[in-house]
Amino acid sequence: MEKRTFLERMSERGTLVLDGATGTNLQSRGLTKGLPAEVWVLEQPEKIIGLAQDFVAAGADIILTCTFGASSIRLEHTSLNGKGEMVNRRAAELAQRAVEGTPALVAGSIGPTGQLLKPLGPLDETDAIRSFAEQARYLADAGVDLLVVETQFDLAEAKAALTGIQMVTNLPVVCSFSFDRGTRTMMGVKPAQVGNEISPLGVAAIGINCGRSLEDNQKAMIELRDSTSLPIWFKPNAGLPQLDASGNPTYDISPEAMAAKVPEWISIGAKLIGGCCGTSPDHLAAIAKEVHKSQLFPSR
Amino acid sequence: MNEILRAIYSSIIDGEQKVTTAKVQEALDQGTEPSAILNEGMVAAMAEVGKLFEEGEYFVPEMLVAARAMQSGLAMLKPYLVKADVKSSGKVVAGTVKGDLHDIGKNLVCMMLEGSAFEVIDLGSDVDPDKFVEAVHQTNADIVAMSALLTTTMPNMKVTIEALKAAGLRDKVKVLVGGAPLTQQYANEIGADGYAPDASRAVATAKSLIAA
Ligand code: B1M
Repeated sequence: MEKRTFLERMSERGTLVLDGATGTNLQSRGLTKGLPAEVWVLEQPEKIIGLAQDFVAAGADIILTCTFGASSIRLEHTSLNGKGEMVNRRAAELAQRAVEGTPALVAGSIGPTGQLLKPLGPLDETDAIRSFAEQARYLADAGVDLLVVETQFDLAEAKAALTGIQMVTNLPVVCSFSFDRGTRTMMGVKPAQVGNEISPLGVAAIGINCGRSLEDNQKAMIELRDSTSLPIWFKPNAGLPQLDASGNPTYDISPEAMAAKVPEWISIGAKLIGGCCGTSPDHLAAIAKEVHKSQLFPSR
Repeated sequence: MNEILRAIYSSIIDGEQKVTTAKVQEALDQGTEPSAILNEGMVAAMAEVGKLFEEGEYFVPEMLVAARAMQSGLAMLKPYLVKADVKSSGKVVAGTVKGDLHDIGKNLVCMMLEGSAFEVIDLGSDVDPDKFVEAVHQTNADIVAMSALLTTTMPNMKVTIEALKAAGLRDKVKVLVGGAPLTQQYANEIGADGYAPDASRAVATAKSLIAA
């Protein structure tokens, strides 16, 4: 069976369902706090496949690889230092195995380097570009269907990522920002700036993930939509993270409450919908159900 | 607040490092008390910056340039503060724990400790438990000060405390911890001696740990 590609599916009417959280779900399945999720790509691959399969079963059309922190710069600070190629390739294989026999696609996840670019931080732009290019090449070589640069907060770093990626592959790329100061990123970037500055850079979709509350994320999406004509990727947290007494983040929005927002998100203009931190397979199933319902009754 | 202290205060809030250093020099030349420059000019300014950040008025870039302006002013003030204070308040080995690159808060804590005549050995960020142990060995520090901003790196505070135990140093130092996701309860759980929610309270806690 020949799968319809990402761009084909994007050109069709209707909304695509993304996956839910990686980190918080793996933690609730036993990943030790303090260990990067990528460690499990090598040590507990069946857990990575299991979560991806749960998302596919819940209705995901696209699942993300467990490579958010697998750039060489990010891995330097972990036990996986120097294993970037292995981690990215294996993670892509695991995701591909999870979608086998289904129409679901695999998006290679690329997160921030975790360091600030000069002059605010220590990171050279050329080093950042090299690190992004390298990770993109590993993921592209492993056969992912698209790439997603996510949880970005700095326009300069996001641009470095796109430059690096476009040097090594023609795969469609999505670029998604985290407005975790409400409707601004931690660097103060506004959704409209993202729309204005990132839209012309050859991306297939532009978006929002993680962030703060559903309300803030929704406001950010309206501002983003008004500044771009690209399809919108929307993957908010399951509400505002609260830290319990021992510092574990908990997310207070139920699957039903999150899914209830889906029609509104679609009417604002979201084309790709999933969830970030706190979004369990149950949350995703409820979201997918709403997405499919709105497809049957588009006037709702 | 007199005019020059006010100028120092606003230069830090605006992140104008050059103005800060020029005004601190001017204040010193005029014979202004170093502790007044520190507390009324610089510490007050950083408190305001923190407030502006919390309120969503300031973002990371503004906060970083403000912290840099404060740091350069503090560097000029340090010799005077040490002179003014008869003896060092104590020796602190400080760092952000393994895996964690957030150092803005830790730097503020270090700056304020230095401002209160503590001798600070700053190990930076992403500090290995063994590095803390080694530094305590080498310096005979009174306090180990650890910062963590990620829920995923908080457990490394406990790992570091265990490493101090294993090296037979736990009884020789006090452990002070802080960082946004921490709580007093968590500090108790991991067996730290003190916790502080912000930089000025970190100084007060450090002093009380030394006195204890
Ligand atoms: C020893 O005794 C003591 C006593 C008191 C102590 C103490 C020690 N240490 C601190 N204190 C206390 O005194 C200080 C002054 O009053 C206070 O220090 P604070 O550090 O709390 O306060 C500072 C003065 C100001 N606060 C800060 O400096 C932190 C600000 C925010 C925006 C932040 C920043 C700046 C950064 N980040 Co990061 N970052 C966020 C933060 C969001 C937020 N709104 O707080 C947070 C902490 N980051 C987060 C994340 C997830 C991440 N960050 C990352 C990276 C970064 C930057 C590099 C971009 C940058 C750090 C730059 C630097 N050189 O420090 C990544 C991790 C990198 C790594 N391995 O460390 C990354 C994983 C991002 C990503 N998705 O890739 C979140 C942590 C979630 C969690 N609880 O686990 C986060 C809350 C943002 C969010 N809303 O999601 C007190 O806590």
